[in-house]
Formats: sequence, structure tokens, C-alpha cells
Amino acid sequence: MKQLWLTAKLDIVESLRARWFQIYTLVFGGIVALLFLFGLTESRVLGFIGLSRLLVTYIQLTMAILPIFVLITTVRSVAGDREAGVYEYLLSLPVSLAAWFWGKILGRYIVIFLPVFGAMVLAVLIALLRGIEVPWGMFGYYTALLAVMAACFLGLGMLISALARSTDMAQGAAFLVWLTLLLFLDLILLGVMIQGKVTPEVAVTVALANPLQVFRTAALALFDPQLIVLGPSAYVILDLFGVTGYKVFALAYPTVLGIGAATLGYQLFRRGDLP
Amino acid sequence: MISFSNVSKSFRKARVLDDISLDIGLSERVALIGSNGAGKTTLIRCLLGEYTFDGEVRINGRDPRQERTAVLGAIGFVPQLPPPLKMPVAQLIDFSAALCGTDPARIHQLAQRLGLDLTPILVRPFVKLSGGMKQKLLIAIALGREAKVLVMDEPAANLDPEARKIFFELLAERQEDVTMLISSHRLNEVSALVNRVIEMDMGKVVLDDRVADDVSLSGQFACRISIKRSEAAFIKAMGAWNFSDIGNGLEWAGVVPGPDRLRFMGMTSRYVALISDFSLAEAELKEVGAAAPCVPGNPLRGQAAAN
Repeated sequence: MKQLWLTAKLDIVESLRARWFQIYTLVFGGIVALLFLFGLTESRVLGFIGLSRLLVTYIQLTMAILPIFVLITTVRSVAGDREAGVYEYLLSLPVSLAAWFWGKILGRYIVIFLPVFGAMVLAVLIALLRGIEVPWGMFGYYTALLAVMAACFLGLGMLISALARSTDMAQGAAFLVWLTLLLFLDLILLGVMIQGKVTPEVAVTVALANPLQVFRTAALALFDPQLIVLGPSAYVILDLFGVTGYKVFALAYPTVLGIGAATLGYQLFRRGDLP
Repeated sequence: MISFSNVSKSFRKARVLDDISLDIGLSERVALIGSNGAGKTTLIRCLLGEYTFDGEVRINGRDPRQERTAVLGAIGFVPQLPPPLKMPVAQLIDFSAALCGTDPARIHQLAQRLGLDLTPILVRPFVKLSGGMKQKLLIAIALGREAKVLVMDEPAANLDPEARKIFFELLAERQEDVTMLISSHRLNEVSALVNRVIEMDMGKVVLDDRVADDVSLSGQFACRISIKRSEAAFIKAMGAWNFSDIGNGLEWAGVVPGPDRLRFMGMTSRYVALISDFSLAEAELKEVGAAAPCVPGNPLRGQAAAN
């Protein structure tokens, strides 16, 4: 446990000094600041106004930025350190491979989740100061959704880092994964369905296997419980899970996917060459 | 102490280690030499449990891969190229001390002995230190624990002569109860440090020889050099070795650490046309103590060094 925490602390300190972290924090803090600045809390969409309107927009933007940010910075840092000889030295110290790998994940998770969560807390604080009502239920679920999203893509990033032997390969693979997930968002699937190549059930199953789509649908479900904007896909999803069931699935599935990918990454890491 | 049994390692189709079998006993000081690509670094990484391989490596009967924490806790490692760590110096020291179960104060003391004052650089990122500072710190971390095996890749390459002398002294203090594996491209860099030489080529051991050297690791040589005329390059070289001018730039005296004498003579050979007289004699520790003022800021004046 001591080794795990030491490694996590090491990764946190390294990340805090890295430029990517400063940009990352600035991006999410900046989004909240800009949304307030442009008076988003005053505008209305689908009956949403105030902080709930801002949170809906914030989570949509986060969903577009966070996955690629987490994937690229994780693989750059992990594969880059290995390539630069950092692993050769640090893994010559008496630290167990499990403590090293999971400690790195823990440290990185704290570093990637805190700015995103911090920006949401900032939004809540500003809302409280301005006397805007805070939708605590929505805040709680979105926080959980962001926590799960970070864990999912961090796990995928660690798996890619364990598989790729160079930074270039790791970056390329991370970008490819993100692009593939993006391609299989429901818009593409709807296009395929329209052409009549696949049954709606298959298309929806593929969409539900895509963590990006899962997050997107879960975020939509909060302000559109009947998922009207999804069209016919909504029937399959709601018949399968129900609204609450889907909200639980949206938290459970990406968590399992992230932990599964990280565990597979760990097995590859401990069985292969370390530096 | 250390045993390699039929160790082979391939990267894709390239065989980097080819059926290596070696036994290295306690208190042996081994020079691992060979050209680039000979397999030295790969062998070291197998020893540290960083690579997977065919065959078996054991340190005191233990597998460095399966029992990492126990095995690596007894190994001090100094890499050839310092890692580009962004963490501050203080954190690196605390991290390694905490993992190795040692007191960070011990690392501070060793760094101080090597001429590295850590206080002003504790908050500085490790990667921002000079090459020599990094090397001194990594040596202090490796020696600042109860290591039974020291694995060093060109450990003294970036050290100034004074730090090299102290480094040799530090090794001498532990030579009885520690096994050392020192990797280098050239034998003359490490010859005086070791009592066994293993040369590798194309992944095989091509030479395994014992070396007898009467000069101990802490031995010192008093040296005196006369030159025909004053030369700026020679004066600079003498300054780098902490020699003192005892005759208007034409006569120089100083102390050379025993393990460094080959390197020193290699340096002086560049000025052979300039040198009119040269003496190098093993000095008793007492004599060396008397000659010690040749370190910077304490010039050796009027002391006949030896011979």
C-alpha cells in the first residue's frame, strides 16, 4: 500500500509540473468561465434554465474533449517515460509491479478527474453566489458520469501504453481508438440503418458497446428521459433497461470496461519487458 | 551471489544475449566491457528483472523478477544515462529512500561527500541538473542503502577528478561486503576498480579473466610534472585534476587517485612533447594527507610530492 501511494504521489507531482496538465486545467476551468460569461444560465433549452442548462452544456463539451485528452496524455506520458529511460531507473528500485502500475493509474486518475470536477464545483460556487438554484441530483449524477468517463478512458490509455512499444505508435493507436468510437456514434449508425444493412437491434447494441455513445445517451437521458432525440433507438434502449436501469448501466459498463482494459494492460506489462 | 544460467534474450529476430552462464561471488568487482551492442545493458536489465528472457538469473538464490522487492532492495543501480525525471530532487531522494527503507539523511551525506550540496537544489527538477550533479545524486542514492550488489553503468563518466577520487573511496569502504558489476565501453575507464574482467561481444562472453592489482581502491599517487614551457591547455588540464603550480607554471604537483592513474596518464600523454620530467609514486595515506591541500582553494605550495 505504501509503494502504491508513493508511486501515485510521484505521478501526481510529475503531472502537476507538466504543461499538458496546465492546459487541461485551463480548458475545463475556461469552459465554465466562458459559459457563465456568455450568460448561458439565462438561456433556455428544452425547459432547462439556470445551472442545469450550464451543466448540460458543460458535460456535452467535456464528452467531446476529455476522452481524447486522457487517451493522448496518458499514452504520451507512460510510453514516453518508458522510451526516455525513466522506467529503466525507477523500476530498478524495489517497487512491486502491481504497486507501480496501479499507483500510476491512481495518481493519473486523481490528476485528470480533479480539474474536471473542480470546474463543476466552481460552477456550483458561482451559482450559489449569484443565488441560482443548484440541481443537486443532476450535479451528483454528472459527477459520477465524469468520474466513470475518466476511469474508462484512463484504463484504455494504460492498455494502449502497455501494448505499444514507442510513443509514436501509442499516440497513433490512441487516436485511432478515439476516432473509431467517434465513428460509431449513433449518427453513423443511423446512416447505416437507413441503408438497411443492419437490424435496429444490432445497431443499438453496437452503440451501447461504445462508451462515448453510452455517456452521450446518459447525459441526454437526464433532460430527455424518453430519449425522443434518439428516434427509434430509444425504444430498444428503454425496453431493455428502463430510464433508471440505463442510468445505472451508463455508470457500470464504462467502469467495467476501464478496469478490464487496465487489468489486461497490467497483465501485459508484468509479463513483458519493462523498459 | 549472482548466477546467470544459460541466459538468452532476443528482440524480434536479433539475438542479443546468447546462452550466457556466469557466476559472480561476494566481494568480486567485475568490469563488464564490450562495444556498443555487445549485450552489456541487456545483461544488466536481465539482472535487475526488467527483461524477460530464457534461462535463469539468481541473486542469492532469488529470482529478481518474481521477488522484485526483496532482490532489488539489495541492489544499488547507477544508469549510464540519467533518466529525464521532472520531479524535484527532494522528492526523488524521499521516494527512493522510502522504497529502499533508508534514511534520506544518509543520501544527503553521501552527496555532500561527493561534493554535491543538495540544500540549494532540493526544489529543482532532477532533469534540470547538470550531468555531473545528476551522476553524483544517482551514486549517492545507490550507495545510500544497504546494497549487497552495486550495478553501475559508466558510473564515473561525468564526475570531476575530485568527485572520482571520493567515489573510489566510497567503493573501497564497501568492497569487502559488496559485489560490484561495472559496465563500460573501455577497460581503462574501470580497470583499476575491478578484480575481474568480463568482455562481451555479440551477446556472448568472450573473455572472463581475474585481475591482480596491488593498488587498493583508496590508494593514492603523488605526482610531479615539469614542463618545458607554459601552455594554456596544459594549465587548464592540470587545474581540472586539482594540481598546483609550484614553479611559475613550469612545475606542477598533485595527488592522483590510484584507480584513476591510467586515465591520468592517458591525459598527460597528450602533452608528451611538453613534459621534461614526470614522477608518479604510490603515497602512504599520511603523505597524501599532507599533500591534500592540492584541492581547489588550498594550493600545495613548496611540498615535494614524492619520489
